[in-house]
Parts: sequence; C-alpha cells; structure tokens
Amino acid sequence: MALDYTTVQEKLTAKFGEEVKDFTNDYGMLAFEIASDKNTETIQFLRDELGFNFLTTLFTIHYPDNDLERQFAIVYQMHNWVDNVRVRFKIFINGENPEAESVTGLFTCANWMERESYDFYGIIFNGHPDLKRILNMDEMVSFPMRKEFPLEDGNRTDKDDRYFGRIPQNTNLN
Amino acid sequence: MSTAITPLSIEEKYADMIRQRENEDGSELSILNLGPTHPATHGIFQNVLLMDGERIMDAEPTIGYIHRAFEKIAENRPFYQINVLTDRMNYCSSPINNFGWWMTVEKLLGVEVPKRAQYLRVILMELARISDHLICNSILAVDTGAFTGFLYVMQYRERIYEIYEELCGARLTTNMGRIGGLERDLSDTGFRKLRAFMKDFPVAFKEFEALVSRNRIFIDRCVDVGSITADKAIAYGFTGPNLRAAGVDYDVRIATPYSSYQDFQFEIPVGKTGDTYDRYCVRNEEIWQSMSIIQQALDKLPEGPYHADVPDYYLPPKEDVYTSMEALIYHFKIVMGEVPVPKGEVYNCVEGGNGELGFYLVSDGSRVPYRLHFRRPCFIYYQAYTDMIKGGLLSDAIVILSSLNVIAGELDA
Repeated sequence: MALDYTTVQEKLTAKFGEEVKDFTNDYGMLAFEIASDKNTETIQFLRDELGFNFLTTLFTIHYPDNDLERQFAIVYQMHNWVDNVRVRFKIFINGENPEAESVTGLFTCANWMERESYDFYGIIFNGHPDLKRILNMDEMVSFPMRKEFPLEDGNRTDKDDRYFGRIPQNTNLN
Repeated sequence: MSTAITPLSIEEKYADMIRQRENEDGSELSILNLGPTHPATHGIFQNVLLMDGERIMDAEPTIGYIHRAFEKIAENRPFYQINVLTDRMNYCSSPINNFGWWMTVEKLLGVEVPKRAQYLRVILMELARISDHLICNSILAVDTGAFTGFLYVMQYRERIYEIYEELCGARLTTNMGRIGGLERDLSDTGFRKLRAFMKDFPVAFKEFEALVSRNRIFIDRCVDVGSITADKAIAYGFTGPNLRAAGVDYDVRIATPYSSYQDFQFEIPVGKTGDTYDRYCVRNEEIWQSMSIIQQALDKLPEGPYHADVPDYYLPPKEDVYTSMEALIYHFKIVMGEVPVPKGEVYNCVEGGNGELGFYLVSDGSRVPYRLHFRRPCFIYYQAYTDMIKGGLLSDAIVILSSLNVIAGELDA
C-alpha cells in the first residue's frame, strides 16, 4: 500500500505524541512542526521507518517578530522516492543563541546546507564536522540574511576612496 | 587595521602534513591551488589540493566567488523582478529557471496555465536542456583533448538561442515568460527555425557522437573515473543526470509532472557505475529524449491562448499601455507588485539541467516574498567533489569537474 499523508501523520503522532504538532497540507505538501531537540530523531524515524530516503533541502527562516524562543525556523524537507511522498517540517529555535543538532550524521548532503545556514543566519549546528562560512568571506562578522540587515546599509563607507582596498564595515581583518 | 593577508588555515594544515610525512624515495608532498580562475574549471571555484606527485591526497574546495546574495535581493523585490535573478543561476539553461519560478508563483496564486502555453514551455525547457547538456558534453570532450566536436555542435546552441530570441528577444539571460503563460506566442519565424533545428540537429549530433563516444582516448580518460555508487549519490543529495548515471531513475518530470509532462512519452536513461563515461552517455541520451519530447509537443500543440486570463498578474499588451489609461494603471500596479498575493508557503520544483531545481517561497501577503530559498542542485552535489577526486590524478579531477557540470552561477547564487 502506498504511503499517504494520513499514515505519516498517525505514525509520527504515535511516536512523538505532543512534540509533533500543527499538521497542515500546504499547497499539496504535508507540513508539521516538531520540538527543537527532536530534529535528528525525526529525520532518522522518517528515513528508517517511513522510507523518506532523500533530504531535499534544509534552510532557515528568520522571524524577528516572534517570541525569543521561536525566532529562527529551520526547515527540513524530505522525499520518499518509492512512494513519491514529500514532507517538510520546521523546528523553531532561540533568537539569541540559535543552536540545533546537526543532521550530517544521517545525510552527508546536510553538511553544506548547514554551513549555509550558519553563514547567513548564525545558526550553530552541534556536531557538525566543519562549521564555517561557505559563501561569504571568512572575515565577515555579521550574518547577512537576518532581517535586521537592510539590503544596502545607508552608512556604508566601503565605497569611499580611502578604503579602496574594500574593507566592509562588518569585517574584522585582525 | 592591518591588511596583511593571512594564509588560509587549510594551507597551514597541509604544510604541517607535508612536514610530517617522509616518503621513502625522498620526494615531498606539495600544495597546488587549482583555481579560482583556471581555464579548465569553467567558472570560478578554488580547490586547494595536497598532491603526492600527480596524485591528489586531499582537497579543500572554496566556493562563493560569484555569490550575489540572490536570496537576500529577492526579499526586496516583487515577483516580476525576481525572474531576472533566476536567469543568472544556471545560465546554460535559463528558460528552465524562469519557468520554474513562474510555476512557483502560479502555484501560490492558483493560476491555471492554458495548454498551449504549457506545451510551448515544455518545448522551450527541452531546448534549454539540450543546450545545457550539449555544453557539458562537448566541453568534456574538449577537456579530454577533442576540440573538434565542440565546434561541430556549438553552432546548434546558437540556433537554439535564435529560437529564444524569437520569443523574448534575449539569448543567454532570457527573462522569459510571465505569470500565467508567455509574453507572446512563438512567431512563424520561430516555428520555422524550430523545425529547421529539429531537422538539422540530429545529423550533427550523430556526427558528434560518432566522433567522441567510441573514441579510444576519450574512453580511457572517462571510464571508471570519478565513479560514485547510488547509495553515496543519494546521501550526497545528487539529482539529475549525475544521479541517473549512478543507476537511480529519479526524474522530477516523472515523479511530479509539471507543465503537462504527463502528456508525453519519454524514457529516463540510467547508467550503471556513475563514472564520467556514464554521465556523458546519460546526457547524450537525454538530448535524444528531449528531441522526442519537442517533436511530440510540436505534433500535439493545441490552438488557443498563450497566456491565462489573469489581468491582475499578466502584463497588459504594450500598445494598450501607451494608449489606454486602464492598461497603464494595471501595468504600473503589476510591475510595482501592488497586486493581491495570498499568504502561504509553497515549494515547487522542476527538472533543471543539473537536477531538482526547487523554489521555496514564503509569502506573508506583501508585495515581496518574506523568504525565497533556491534549492540549487549544483550547490548540493558539488560537496561530493572532494570525495570523488581523492586518490585520483590531477587530470582526472578536471574531467570529473566538467562531467559533473558544475555551473558557478548556480553553485553560488
């Protein structure tokens, strides 16, 4: 029997009880929220028990207007290729010390995707083998995709001729 | 503030490894910087290699040289202005990116695209796939020393670009399509050029295959170079031709058909060992399959409108904008993004030239996306590159890179 969303939802509720909530069917994809410390367990459960063999994508969303405990959402999206079912789930984490468990042990491809989340949002993934910046320069000190950074900083000085070597403000070269 | 350039930490680490190791014959390990701008890398990526003679012991990739913060820019732009960002990701097959983006928006807005527009989109996307695979395979031949094949087929990429020109006026960064369909129907000249292409291209491409596929040197350079098993490819997040070369028949066009792909008959070629030669063969066969899809779409092309009737989102015709007040207001409103947008989170994916190209759009009902994430296939599978080149020869590393078809624009976004 092919896997359907009702089965997935029932099995997840049976396994995680109160910690999994807010099931919705958003534009044809099952979405839910899981407690922030249960991400690796959920991914392992989905992969080993329900056949979600592929981690399609992993990325972060910033919600600065939420409560402090829920300011960052990490979105995981998984795909079961045999039954052709996709699910996605979010974990919400603290806005001041954003930390989450790394899933690189389960899916090798999470490595760079987690580094991207660290690079742009400053999420610390515990247990990541090599958590450092990936697309931005290593000397950068800010996390540019956070909502508090406007697209262009009105006070930027790096277009000034004095700094022709282009050392942006948010950079520490020491 | 000091501006002295500190050595990369990886170089220091490798220097330590070199000092510690003593080869029996007295030789030493060495560090080689492959890139960032090396003609053989077809884009800007750096790899710091630790070499034992010709053999690669370890590698550390650095990416991000053409990072343009598309995801950040997209949070500040209405939908029509985001389309131009998608062109610049995989610039070898821009129409696929464009239509992938429009389909995401259409899914969010609930716009139904008419059949004719869907078929025309399929034709253009398959042309884009052909040009993408054509570049990849002919460049792979160049990297193994066969320049002639590249010259034979490049003319046909030009012919594909001329067909794009008939529709949108642009060639490389096409910015094609609109919400709900296309900006105009393909003109008679466009159809004539398309039919001529369908007639001439197979002849030239057969010649290319005859020249390269069974070539002794090419086979020696490609077979068992950069093999990857299916399990490993899945763990590394491979999709597209690179995954299919490893023997997994996952194709978004079949798994979640979009734009009427369910109406066409085609096959998914798969390889066995996932080596460079399999990747080459899978891409070649996909070109033939794309030709067959285009032929079917041309044969079955329905009459009818080329765009949906959605005046809220589809730009009014230009001559009306200049002559009628109402059209001008609509034009202004649409371009400035002052149109009703529902709240929601939508994921849509298409089969790009390199695999599953996904768009995750979070809309909060305002004129710009709250968050837009691009799932770029290159970015995800390029992390396997280090693993694939370790223990191999330097010249193999070049061949593996071009057979993976890593496009810098898509990698860095």
